[in-house]
Amino acid sequence: MTEQKDRELYRWLRLIREFEDRISALDKQGKLMGGVYSGKGQEAVTVGFCHDLRWNDWIFPLHRDLGAYLVKGADPKRLMAQIFGKRDGFAKGKDSYLHGGDLSNGIFGATSMLAATLPVAVGMAYKFKIRKEDRVAIAFFGEGASSRGDVHEAMNFAGVHKLPVIFVCENNFYAYSTPNELQFGVDDVAIRAAGYGFKGEVASGNDLHDVMKAAGKAIDRARKGDGPTLVECKTYRYHGHSEHDRAADYRSEEEVITWESRDPIFLWENYLDKRKYDIGAIRVETSAEVKRIVEEAVAFAEASPSPEGPEAMEDLYAMPIDTEAR
Amino acid sequence: MLVTYIEAIRQAMDEELARDGNVLLMGEDVGVLGGAFKASAGLQEKHGVDRVVDMPISESLIVGAGVGLAVQGMRPILEIQFIDFISCGFDQIVNTAATLRYRHGGQTACPIVIRGPSGGGVHGGLYHSQNPEAWFCHVPGLKVVAPATAYDAKGLLKSAIRDDDPVIYFEHKFLYRRIKEEIPAEEYLVPIGKAALRKEGRDLTVITYGSPVHAVMKAARDMAAEVDIEVIDLRTLLPIDWATVKASARKTGKVLIVHEARLTGGIGGEVAARIAQDCFEDLDGPVMRLGARDVHTPFAPAMEEYVLPNQEKITEAIRKLAAY
Ligand SMILES: Cc1ncc(C[n+]2csc(CCOP(=O)(O)OP(=O)(O)O)c2C)c(N)n1
Repeated sequence: MTEQKDRELYRWLRLIREFEDRISALDKQGKLMGGVYSGKGQEAVTVGFCHDLRWNDWIFPLHRDLGAYLVKGADPKRLMAQIFGKRDGFAKGKDSYLHGGDLSNGIFGATSMLAATLPVAVGMAYKFKIRKEDRVAIAFFGEGASSRGDVHEAMNFAGVHKLPVIFVCENNFYAYSTPNELQFGVDDVAIRAAGYGFKGEVASGNDLHDVMKAAGKAIDRARKGDGPTLVECKTYRYHGHSEHDRAADYRSEEEVITWESRDPIFLWENYLDKRKYDIGAIRVETSAEVKRIVEEAVAFAEASPSPEGPEAMEDLYAMPIDTEAR
Repeated sequence: MLVTYIEAIRQAMDEELARDGNVLLMGEDVGVLGGAFKASAGLQEKHGVDRVVDMPISESLIVGAGVGLAVQGMRPILEIQFIDFISCGFDQIVNTAATLRYRHGGQTACPIVIRGPSGGGVHGGLYHSQNPEAWFCHVPGLKVVAPATAYDAKGLLKSAIRDDDPVIYFEHKFLYRRIKEEIPAEEYLVPIGKAALRKEGRDLTVITYGSPVHAVMKAARDMAAEVDIEVIDLRTLLPIDWATVKASARKTGKVLIVHEARLTGGIGGEVAARIAQDCFEDLDGPVMRLGARDVHTPFAPAMEEYVLPNQEKITEAIRKLAAY
């Protein structure tokens, strides 16, 4: 990889981290409402899968994939306004957190029903295939969500038609409080791919190199018409399930510390250092840049108007219908 | 004892788990975590991992497995983490659980309870604010309850657990810690199928259930000088206590139905239609309804306030009806 790309990837990791930290702080200050789901610690997965996508490829992020929005091209200002529930957010304040997608940048907003986006991604990939479009769809889901029927149903159809879709399981070992051994009887979710007739692979989700290697292969395969891939990225969320969850009931501090020692940003800095870049200077320069972007986003979001009551009735139908005809 | 609504739910489960070895609690994160809202805090420790079971994320599995257990004589309580996700178990509820006894010619029963937090008013957004009771009131074979007080929350849940039919128990998350009430220390049950006459009145009846009960009661007190309001809390939505409903409609001649769920296709339509048909001669005004606007429950506070019924809208509706 070129120095420029190495540094660009670093910048994305840092920008996402800055965003996540700022949002957690805002939540603590009582400036946000509703659920806030930090993806801190999982940045390498979204950067690795989204960085080399084209603008007309699509992603289907899960509830903590804030980073995917940024890397895929969402405006940080609008993303922050979305988190604030303001009018300039993607949902115009109608729903919270990542429930509003940015369709103009190929980012599909999720419902709360976990993994419900997988069948949608598959439908989209089917269109890419039958219209012979050189595009891919990437659907992210948690290892907990892998228990849902929608996951099986989507993968089954994707296997039947060898669709240009990539299923990315972000395995962070806990679904809320439920550990993997109470979620499924296998060690790796990835092995399930065999049951659907395509390839499954396990990647180290905190190692950006490893994620990029797996992502590159899967994206190539999809573009060449060789069908779907299921990539399971082993990673960890540092925070609780949501900011209200201390997570102390169900996991040990030692475990968190162990994972923190494998931090994706730390690992990438080590790599930059090994390549003999001036990591000290890069760090300072990047910090200043990402702080500025996040501060601008917060200022924009705070200034964005809160929607007024009657706006609740907008955007329900493409064509307004008269429900009150007399 | 003075308890909150959610503590009343916890007590009901605790007591029933202790009373009957066939009772189980199954759901996502109900064990060590004690549930997302702590409704089952401490229950796994007390009753064991075999009886308070952390389930994989699959509502369809949770309901379906519950039916399997029930046919074996067990009495599972199935927690849906947020009631919105009940849609992911919809097929198992309406096609497996609700039909089980009927299509087996009465050979078996289906003693399951499906419970979870419903309702809005907490800026939960589209998927953490729903009131989907009407989806289920269209399905014979189910029973649907929606307690408004801590006393009823406990008594109805205990009845639901002992009931041999599938009961969907809508608890309202807005009430969890907002209401505290004195309840008896000794055991009691609240029967399914019986409404509560919360306040007697001569001029007008408000029929309601769930979270709005409290706003309606406040309106009845605040407006006492203006209009003498009778308040009926349905408590059970399937089957509805028609005797209580009709007696009150006949007595006051004016009926307003208030629910937090959306108006179109809501329970209020059914209640209004029955009253209009059966009590026509006793009515002094149109049977009126107040529900949420016909739109999803939005996130931003001003929009949520605009969509859901509140104290002001209830008062206004009562005045309008009283003026007939
Ligand atoms: C169908 C459904 N059931 C339950 C929930 C409640 N819920 C939200 S997130 C979550 C845990 C998700 O775990 P996982 O898929 O592993 O993703 P993670 O949060 O660990 O990133 C649960 C149970 C939901 N959103 N959707």
